[in-house]
Order: sequence, then structure tokens, then C-alpha cells
Amino acid sequence: MLECKTEMEGHNMQIAVLSGKGGTGKTTVSTNLAKAMGWQYVDCDVEEPNGFIFLNPKITKTEKASIPVPKIDPIKCVGCQKCVKICQFNALAWVNRDVLFFDKLCHGCGACSLVCRYNAISEVDREIGNIDVGNDGEIACLRGTLDIGEPMAVPIIRNLKKMIGNENTIIDCSPGSSCTVVASIEGVDYALLVTEPTAFGLHDLKIAIELVRNMNIPFGIIINRASDEKDLIEEYCEKEKINVLEKIKFDKDIAVLYSKGRMLVEHDKYKDLFLNIGKRIEEEVSCNLL
Amino acid sequence: MKIAITSVTKDKESVIDERFGRCNYFAIYDTESKSFEHVENKGVTSSQGAGIAAGQQLLDCGVEAVITGYVGPNAIRVLQGGNVAIHKFTGKSIQEEINLFLDNKLEKINEAGPAHAGMQNRNGRA
Repeated sequence: MLECKTEMEGHNMQIAVLSGKGGTGKTTVSTNLAKAMGWQYVDCDVEEPNGFIFLNPKITKTEKASIPVPKIDPIKCVGCQKCVKICQFNALAWVNRDVLFFDKLCHGCGACSLVCRYNAISEVDREIGNIDVGNDGEIACLRGTLDIGEPMAVPIIRNLKKMIGNENTIIDCSPGSSCTVVASIEGVDYALLVTEPTAFGLHDLKIAIELVRNMNIPFGIIINRASDEKDLIEEYCEKEKINVLEKIKFDKDIAVLYSKGRMLVEHDKYKDLFLNIGKRIEEEVSCNLL
Repeated sequence: MKIAITSVTKDKESVIDERFGRCNYFAIYDTESKSFEHVENKGVTSSQGAGIAAGQQLLDCGVEAVITGYVGPNAIRVLQGGNVAIHKFTGKSIQEEINLFLDNKLEKINEAGPAHAGMQNRNGRA
């Protein structure tokens, strides 16, 4: 282990917290782990970010997040329709000798302006949300918020990840395993999969495991709302030789603290629990670097 | 004049698909030759913007009227922009709907139905 530790010097970890199933405790684990370990916290669940409710940081800066969308100059446009044909997202149509643009469908890939030989397409920024930068006095906090009605979360997640400071970081992901999660976990050193001992928890966990395995991201499991008995998640992990880092026991005190928007690490017994998880992760990541 | 009918299968006796963007086929009827041509709807394989792709395809085919059930908000922009008349089917056969249309007896669709409605019956409907 000592050898591993030396490898860690100068390397800042990025750890993604995901789950598959929603409501298993991603934000609870993310915020408390960040707080216990003094790691930066980044809320990538931009459709419904809620980590700041618990961390309650002072927001020092708010930036607009936007994507580049095409603006078509009708004078320069000769009607070749190359832009319409190249668009994989059906965001452009050729209707009545005019290019029709559907802004909510545009992913901002820029293909339309690349293929236009007549320089008729320029790119303009379209705002889709905000990024908040702050700190709670101890740890740096970042949060992306997608505007209501906007369908595209990935661009704001990419913007957000570019702003991550050079320090150990927890990335709180959205539930599921779709593009938003893929964008959030791209390039991270380790994935923490939070689940619960229910059939739904296991079902969605398997999908999340498939995703992280496909992306070659080392991972470990946290079973939340667990009992003392061996549960279906542990049985599955044993069979699949997957590392269970911690079982967080079902505990009314946690529910009471959560319902008041309080941090679990305010209490020593939970603080020790998260410090222990953090140390386990450090060990895992350092050995993976070898 | 070319009239497109949203169709579940590619034969004249097919049931009409009430979805526009996500229907399987368009039965395109030519009033001059009095014949049908069936084309696969390009919208059905789109990951998004199915109604736009379907509408574009019909404009490119020179279709001037559509008979269907519901048209989404994006598709209606394409079809209305291209001056395509949109009509609501009444539950009869494709040929009967065409006759009703030619007799001016089909109700016009002027407003979009809900977005993504066609995604609820992805495998075609019975």
C-alpha cells in the first residue's frame, strides 16, 4: 500500500457517483464524502441539482452555459441543402425555399456550418442554463442547472467539467445510464455505484455496471439502506467479484437529518463512515495507477 | 396531386397509422395516375425529430396533402411551411379516406397534437 501512496502524489482524483436507479442516495453519499474528505463537489445532475441544498455553499460566481447553434444568412444561402442533409438530429429542414431551424433539437455539433460552402452559416450562442461556482468555507462547490424546458443536458455537463479545479473531486451524476451519465463519468479515475437492496436497485445497478465496464472505469459499490443480513446486492457482487466498499445501514437518524437538509457528517459516527469510504477509494485509485 | 396517408403496412388495405412522425410507411396516392406508391418513413428510425424528417421527406416527394391522426408541433411547422394541407382520418380504409378527401369531406388539422406522442406505440399499433 505504501508504494501505491507514492504514486498518488501530484495526481488529483476525479470520482463519479452514479447509481442506475434514482433515489438510492447519490447526493447523500457525494456531499458527505466531499465534506468528510475535503474534496471539491460538482453537481452534474443538471436537470435537478440538489447537492447545494445540503452543502449550502456561498455562491461567488454564476456563469451562463450555452451551446453554439447555426444562424443562417438568407442572402448567402443558395439552397444547396447540404446543412439539412448533414444534420443527424433533424434540427434543420428545407421548407418553401428556406432553411427552417429547430433550436431545441440542435446538439451544437457544428456540422452544418462546416459543410456550408457559401459561408451562409455562422454560429451563435444559445443559453441553456447556468453554472454556479461557490464554496462552503471548506470545500469548493460547482453546480450546473439546465433551464426549464431545455432538453439537452450534455453540453452544460461538458462546460461544467471544464471548470473543475485541479484537486480531488466528487462528481454527483444524474440517475440512469444515458448520455448525461456518460458525459459526467467520461475520464474519471473511479466510479462509486450507490444502490439499495431491492430488485429495482439490483436491476438498474447491473446496467450501471455494464456502462462503467464498457468505459473501463474501475468501480466499487455502496449499498445504502442496508440491513445486517446478506442481501441480494452482496450476493450478486460476490458472484461477479465486485468490490462492496461499504454498507450504509438503514437508520431513522439519517432520514431525520436528510429531511431537515442537514449533513450526516455533522455526527461523528457518520463522519467516520465517510472517512472510511474515502480512504478505501484512495487506496483503490492509487493501486489502479500502478 | 400527391396525397400521403400514414400507413401501418405497405399495402393498399393497410390500417391507417394515427401517428405522423413515427408511422411505418406513407401510402402516397397520385390523383393523376390513380396509383399508390409506398415509401418507408425516414422519421421512424430517427433518434429525435421524427416528425421533421417525415415532413421533409414528404415535401421532397412533392406531396401536397396528408391524411393522418395527429401531427406534432415540429412536424406541423414543416408541413404548414411547405403549404401541405393536413387532414384527419375518420377510421375508414385508405381508399375511402382518399375519396372523402377528394370530396372535401375530411376535417382539417390546424393545430399540433402533443410532442412525442408517437413514441408511446413504437412497435406499430393494432
